[in-house]
Amino acid sequence: MMLIPCPHCGPRAQSEFVYERTVDSVVPLDAPTDEAMTKLFTRNNPRGVDDEIWRHTYGCRAWMVVTRHRVTNEISECRAIGPEALP
Amino acid sequence: MISFSFDGKVYTAQEGDTLAAALLRNGIGLVGRSFKYHRPRGIMTAGVEEPNALVTVGEGGRTEPNTRATDVFVYEGLVAKSQNRWPNLSFDIGSVFGLAAPALSAGFYYKTFFGSAKKWMFYEYFIRKAAGLGNAPTSSDPDRFSQRAAFCDVLVVGAGPAGMQAALEAAESGKRVILVEQDNILGPSLIRDGQEQDADWINATAARIRAANGLILTRTTASGYWEHDLVTLTQRLSEPGQVPQNNVAQRLWHVRAGQVILATGSIERPMAFAHNDRPGVMLSQAVRSYVRRFGVVPGKRVVIATNNDDAYKTAQALKEAGAQIVAVLDARPAPAGANSGHRVYNNATPLSTKGARHCLKNVSALVDGATLEWDADLLAVSGGFTPVVHLHMQAGGTLDWNADAQAFVPAASRQNVTTIGGAAEPQPIFKMASVAKPKKSFIDFQNDVTLSDVDLAWAEGYRSVEHLKRYTTLGMATDQGKLSNMAALGRLAEKQGVAIPEAGLTTFRPPYTPVTMGLLAGAGAKDAGAHVRRLALYDLHAAKNPIWQPLGYWFRPRAYPISGESLAQAALREAKAVRNNVGMTDVSTLAKFEVSGPDAAAFLEIICATTVSKLAVGRGRYTFMLREDGFVFDDGTVWRLDENRYLLTSSTGGADRMATHISYVRQYLCPHLRVSAVNVQEHYAGIAIAGPKAKAVLTTLIGEEPPRHMSTVPAVIAGVPVIILAASYSGERAFEIYIAASEAATVWAACEAEVMHIDGALYGLEAMEFLRIEKGHLVVGGEVDGRMTPHDLALDKMLNKAGGYIGASGLARPALAETGRRQLVGLEALEGDIPEGAMLVPNEGASPQGHVSAAAFRIIEGGSVALGQLADGFSRHDEILIASSPTRGQKARVRIVAPHFYDPAGERYRD
Repeated sequence: MMLIPCPHCGPRAQSEFVYERTVDSVVPLDAPTDEAMTKLFTRNNPRGVDDEIWRHTYGCRAWMVVTRHRVTNEISECRAIGPEALP
Repeated sequence: MISFSFDGKVYTAQEGDTLAAALLRNGIGLVGRSFKYHRPRGIMTAGVEEPNALVTVGEGGRTEPNTRATDVFVYEGLVAKSQNRWPNLSFDIGSVFGLAAPALSAGFYYKTFFGSAKKWMFYEYFIRKAAGLGNAPTSSDPDRFSQRAAFCDVLVVGAGPAGMQAALEAAESGKRVILVEQDNILGPSLIRDGQEQDADWINATAARIRAANGLILTRTTASGYWEHDLVTLTQRLSEPGQVPQNNVAQRLWHVRAGQVILATGSIERPMAFAHNDRPGVMLSQAVRSYVRRFGVVPGKRVVIATNNDDAYKTAQALKEAGAQIVAVLDARPAPAGANSGHRVYNNATPLSTKGARHCLKNVSALVDGATLEWDADLLAVSGGFTPVVHLHMQAGGTLDWNADAQAFVPAASRQNVTTIGGAAEPQPIFKMASVAKPKKSFIDFQNDVTLSDVDLAWAEGYRSVEHLKRYTTLGMATDQGKLSNMAALGRLAEKQGVAIPEAGLTTFRPPYTPVTMGLLAGAGAKDAGAHVRRLALYDLHAAKNPIWQPLGYWFRPRAYPISGESLAQAALREAKAVRNNVGMTDVSTLAKFEVSGPDAAAFLEIICATTVSKLAVGRGRYTFMLREDGFVFDDGTVWRLDENRYLLTSSTGGADRMATHISYVRQYLCPHLRVSAVNVQEHYAGIAIAGPKAKAVLTTLIGEEPPRHMSTVPAVIAGVPVIILAASYSGERAFEIYIAASEAATVWAACEAEVMHIDGALYGLEAMEFLRIEKGHLVVGGEVDGRMTPHDLALDKMLNKAGGYIGASGLARPALAETGRRQLVGLEALEGDIPEGAMLVPNEGASPQGHVSAAAFRIIEGGSVALGQLADGFSRHDEILIASSPTRGQKARVRIVAPHFYDPAGERYRD
């Protein structure tokens, strides 16, 4: 079970989080059908670092992007998203 | 003295004995029968790696099968039974399999029982009876299993000299330390190998660790190493089969450690020679443990076979205990062992053993090319040492090959873990020559795999170690190959003509030793397996003793039977009350979201596939939501409470999913919108009042004209502020009343008084189902099954023409507009009652063209009706089909009709 550094709560056990999807497979609201379907059904599966969307569902309930190595599980970054994180 | 029983006979043991030690103390050599060939087996080791001496311990729900006799400490009244034998241990009919051993070699089942699956099912019954381990208990475990989370700076695994020293240093430097040891004493290897004064060192060191606030856990196994230095510990608070003192049998620890030190030591290897599995053949260090720790001498005339120095300590211990060392067979050339004082044969390797009455009688060996024999009742073997690298490997580490020890040792670590002591630096051994006669030379004792099975697999083309493992089942028993994997790897490398490290390794997976399923479940077993949420009005319902039905996380009343009614009778009475008069029900569990802000309408038009912005204040409408791939995933209603404030409802079962979806869209896709979307599902309780007299009831309750259909007003009932939504699921004029959950009981009581005053009824989910099926309303999880588009459900006319909602682009896929898709239809029975879940076929035996998603009866007129999904159903009205359910053994002839059996024009909504 991984230790995820929530940007709001600090390091917390993975069991408090729910995985959503990779940043790659986010379907933008205005995506045309072809692009949307590619995002949904033709996903990357890199053997290495990837950006993933997680939610601290059983904690602060905030969403975040976790940069994780998919083999070693090393987490190099975890950044907040949502209205409060807008520049 | 402690008394225990084995196979029904009572024996005595000494305090501190393992069951294995106690059995040896009582001269019992034959303990079990092997898995495949039913060969007689005894005790081979003194630790968790024991492959042979598996017994069933305990009685009733506390029965623990396949317990290693070396890993259970005897307590007063312990009941143990041998396994895999019939009618008894010394005379076992299954042992004829041993005579057929050549036929039962590697891949036997694959080669023999091919053909149809039916045939295999037949064979399997007998194979399962003949092969195998102990039987699982049939009654549930009466004990509790607890779980605990812990944090420490340093976790030390293994309380040998190295582990204890490391724990001491860490604890005294101010670090939070946890030291775990799977045995029930500290320093078991030191007790085995050291001097008498070493026991004092152990006690003093443990006291200093505790004084420095270190936590020492014995009888605790570090069973798994997970991500980011999380280690799971399984702690036995009672022995297998024992009544626990505080009701808790075992505890599972989740320890997040800053640093992990593995001092896990090594496991001695057996040697491969013919009949090396006979009771009386034991590992050398195990023999030494029994002699020095338990005071049990497992043999009087002993032959020792070794390829290293360590076994001489065993010879010495045995000699001191009064046993006769007949011969030491040292694989190494002279002068190895020259000054030991024993009769040493160099260049000597064991060849075979003979037995009498299932126990060892004779050992033969090849000494400098000549065969010599000795009568002996104990053969202690030492084939080298395999470091326990399991946790290091589970943590993602790599291994190096130590040629002196002929063993893999930990190399790079991926996590913050280091290995010390014998696990890092195993004793050097002599590399032995290849075994010439591989038959009956067992390497995996528990799964009955011999060297000749490895040879056979090789001859049949199995080259990879992973294939070899699966084909021969080597290393796949409950001991996970702790004794066998290195022997097999050595043989495979020999065949490949490569060094062992090049032959590859199989994966080390948790748990290190078997873990009871109850421990993983912890407190979350039985009724606590899933959490239950109580309705705000639970007590009021429970007082009426309804039939309950699970829905989402909740239990909701399914019907309120009175005076001995059946479920069906009660539901029909309740539904009739709604059609003819008035009924009320608790709808609190519906998902509810309050969406507000200047961009609320824009946000809702992203979530919902229908238009929202055109709603006037005080009005509401039906709506539905799509997944990104264009399929309908939920439906509900949306209400404009105020200029920039909306209430959105959706299904109970999909509530969590919808909450996550709304949050994802808001937080990730639309962070720029000026909107707040709050989950108010449990903030509001809900009461629905439905029926031709619902309006009259409402008028009395709120003291004014209630809103017209699909309108909403704030109001006050019994002094409590409420929101009234004029919405209907039943097909009658109906109202949903939403109240702060804490005030719900007051409002319910007021409503119930009015409803009962005019002889109305409470109704439950079953009546609601009757009502909504007759009306043709959808249910998420029924008609909305994740495979239906808005068009398939005849909802496409409601789609927001402007697009922009989630799923719009997915819905544009050409395939979703093709013919042949299943579409929502009504079904009317011509003969018989329509079985729910039935398939729709043109004639018996034909391929299904659709299915029945919900079936009910016309509430007033009677007659079976249903909703279903049928290929091209919209254009097939009036066709006659068969609704056939082979699983229920029911069928009905049905006519395809429009999915509205009641008031299709919606006239009953009008006042």
